[in-house]
Amino acid sequence: MACHDYKDLMMGYLDSELDAEQKRRFEEHLSGCPECAGELEEFKRLKAITDEVTLVEPEDRIWQDYWGSIYNRIERGAGWIVFSIAAVLLAIYCGFRAIEQIIRDPHLELTLKIGLMALLVSLAILFVSVLRERLYFWKKDRYKDVRR
Amino acid sequence: MLSVCQEEAVAMQRCRRGSAEAFEVLVNRYMKDAYFIALGLVGNSEDAMDLSQEAFIRAYRNIKHVRPDRKFFPWFYQILKNLCVSHLRKRRHRQAGSLDAEDCPEVAARDDCFCPDVVAGKKEIKDSVWRAIGKLDDKHREVIILRHFQNMSYDQIAEALHCNKGTVTSRLYYARKRLEELLGTGKGDSHYGVS
Repeated sequence: MACHDYKDLMMGYLDSELDAEQKRRFEEHLSGCPECAGELEEFKRLKAITDEVTLVEPEDRIWQDYWGSIYNRIERGAGWIVFSIAAVLLAIYCGFRAIEQIIRDPHLELTLKIGLMALLVSLAILFVSVLRERLYFWKKDRYKDVRR
Repeated sequence: MLSVCQEEAVAMQRCRRGSAEAFEVLVNRYMKDAYFIALGLVGNSEDAMDLSQEAFIRAYRNIKHVRPDRKFFPWFYQILKNLCVSHLRKRRHRQAGSLDAEDCPEVAARDDCFCPDVVAGKKEIKDSVWRAIGKLDDKHREVIILRHFQNMSYDQIAEALHCNKGTVTSRLYYARKRLEELLGTGKGDSHYGVS
């Protein structure tokens, strides 16, 4: 085996992840290879430096509020979904009623009727287009591919 | 008495049926890990807190699709990692956009969001170590964070990253080599005076 093949064992040795046989094999290689011994010393030095650095823990109250904050966001998300469905249903209902009234109203001029109808139709097209785009991106959501 | 693994499996089963209380158990168990991993990946506490919470929300919404034999944390880790990577990508785009990337690509690509306020240690060491970690590739930074700051075993890292142990050791080797270069702790350099 060349020195390069011992790099996995070197990492395992450094992190105390080797079993007795692997450890013995690596130490045997080390005793006859000053290059690997030198490299191991460098890694030990690096490990000593990084071990001196720790991540600062946030205050206790952050952890106490952590679940509450998640729960509120989940609840609000559900609220927004229900609100959006209700708003869409109401918009569709009002749209149909408006179209019905415009068509039936004998006092409105034809040009105005056509204009108002065109406005409502264009709003419907825009809504469907936005909805379709959202659905397209939702289908391509990268998190849907997360292995389960 | 149930073991930790069995307890977790029961909690996941209840979560699949929509129990928020069961999900709270999982959140309380992993919130610190989630925060610290996110912190290691994105470099500042505000973003790490927000991303770790967002990952739990996405996990809650999708937990009913998880295979019953899957452990929670390796699955959750993938969600968290994807969120952090997308966040970093957006941040780098913003930075590159706000600087003149053509005239100075090195400056545009540099990630200056690894603020040393979130790490403890001797000032001169922690500043340079944290900034050096911030300069590693995402996949190298990931293994350094999981090994050095989360103290995870190679098996646990391999499970979280969906790779084999050989890949973990190989990434650790190159990540540490790169860190040595960045910190100047290689041969003949006693920059930090650590024996």
